[in-house]
Amino acid sequence: MTFKKRLLAVAGSLAIGGVVLASPMAASAHRGWMLPAFTTLSGDGAWVTVDAAVSNELFYPDHRPMRTDGIQVLGPDGAADKIQNASTGQFRSTFDVQLTKPGTYKIFTASNSVMASYTENGEVKRFRGSAEDFAKQVPAGAADLKTIRMASRNETFVTRDKPSAGALAPTGKGLELDPVTNPTDVVATEPATFRFVLDGKPAADLDVTFIPGGARWRASPGEIKVKTGADGAVKFTLPEAGMYWVNATVRSGETGRGPGGPGMGGPNGGQGGPGGQGGPGAPQGPAQPLAGNGQSASYTAVIEAQRP
Amino acid sequence: MKRSISLLTFAGAAIGVSGAGAPALAADLNVTVEVPKLTVAEYHKPYVSIWIENPADSTAAGTLAVWYDADNKEDHGAKWLKDMRQWWRKAGREMTFPADGISGATRAPGPQKLVFAGAKGALKGLKPGQYNLVVEAAREVGGHEAVRVPFTWGKPGKPASAKGASELGAVTVSVK
Repeated sequence: MTFKKRLLAVAGSLAIGGVVLASPMAASAHRGWMLPAFTTLSGDGAWVTVDAAVSNELFYPDHRPMRTDGIQVLGPDGAADKIQNASTGQFRSTFDVQLTKPGTYKIFTASNSVMASYTENGEVKRFRGSAEDFAKQVPAGAADLKTIRMASRNETFVTRDKPSAGALAPTGKGLELDPVTNPTDVVATEPATFRFVLDGKPAADLDVTFIPGGARWRASPGEIKVKTGADGAVKFTLPEAGMYWVNATVRSGETGRGPGGPGMGGPNGGQGGPGGQGGPGAPQGPAQPLAGNGQSASYTAVIEAQRP
Repeated sequence: MKRSISLLTFAGAAIGVSGAGAPALAADLNVTVEVPKLTVAEYHKPYVSIWIENPADSTAAGTLAVWYDADNKEDHGAKWLKDMRQWWRKAGREMTFPADGISGATRAPGPQKLVFAGAKGALKGLKPGQYNLVVEAAREVGGHEAVRVPFTWGKPGKPASAKGASELGAVTVSVK
């Protein structure tokens, strides 16, 4: 697997507790998703059940379950809520969210990780891990510091009663949806507007792909590609009702293909055991510096286009 | 089919008689909704919302009636209010249930004659003009359908009607 592919795989795979896990044989076609049974619910006894998996076909669990320990929930007031009854099977995980308050809930995973090289005492050092660990472990002002920052986020949304915006504010880290149209208010054949931000700033000229579920019964994937304007916003109209997988990726600067690019893990780097960092037994040559600074950020969501 | 039309004619006539004595200025909205009799293995009476739509932008101008199963032990029937999805999106989700003067029990098949007083609820303060009366039905283990009938508010008019294809029969509206 080439480094570029590996970056893609990392960006597209699920992230647990700030550490990015690349799934074995990951390729860009493996899509992570959390699929709620309903996105619009009514009444104060509402619960929603959600399936979570990494698959080729949308939305059929045909590859790996998504791990549930990194799945977070924000309630309508923006405060952290929780998933319940989580279980993980061979191909998919399921969990429930109790909608105790009226408004829009965001269910998500998010990771921010860093790959870095720097010189310390004349020796090239490499780092790969969470943004938090990077701040702790890599000396401030390290010589020859080069970083490739990777962020990935995977979300879905459900609303009980009246939609609200309290859970939707972007964090300013990585590529995020800063919706104009509430994501549970997208109606097939009616225009909707999504805005994307990269590290809190408008993600201009961003390619955004919508892929409808139910691929098994269609001759073609039915992808819809749109591009954001200078303000990071894009107006789109989904033709058919159903669940859609939304994806956008940003890559800039060094992507690791230069000298030293193949990075830390040797031939199996990034796709080893748990942790995805080559595994304890992976062979490692002398550390090579990164060729430059770069960034990779991906955003994924599952939304429903409601029937008109 | 013929049978339901004749029933409707009868229903319209009955409203005409009962509405004859209404004061000229305080117009009422007379609505007849036919809940069709369906021969299906599992029948549940439909949830029905009756609401007013601004035809220019498809927004809701008020809710006249919502028939649902408030006695249901599962969340007092509120769990399925969202299934009347156009109404839910445009009006229902902003409301609190049960809603005084609006909520009611689900109705059995047959023509349902309703009179909404112009001096009350959503009609009170409704500006004269063109509107659609929307009747939207959703049935448990069944389908969903919305029927729109245009009417002019502000002056008496001839009855207008439209007919549903599956979950609703004829809907007739007149301003008296």
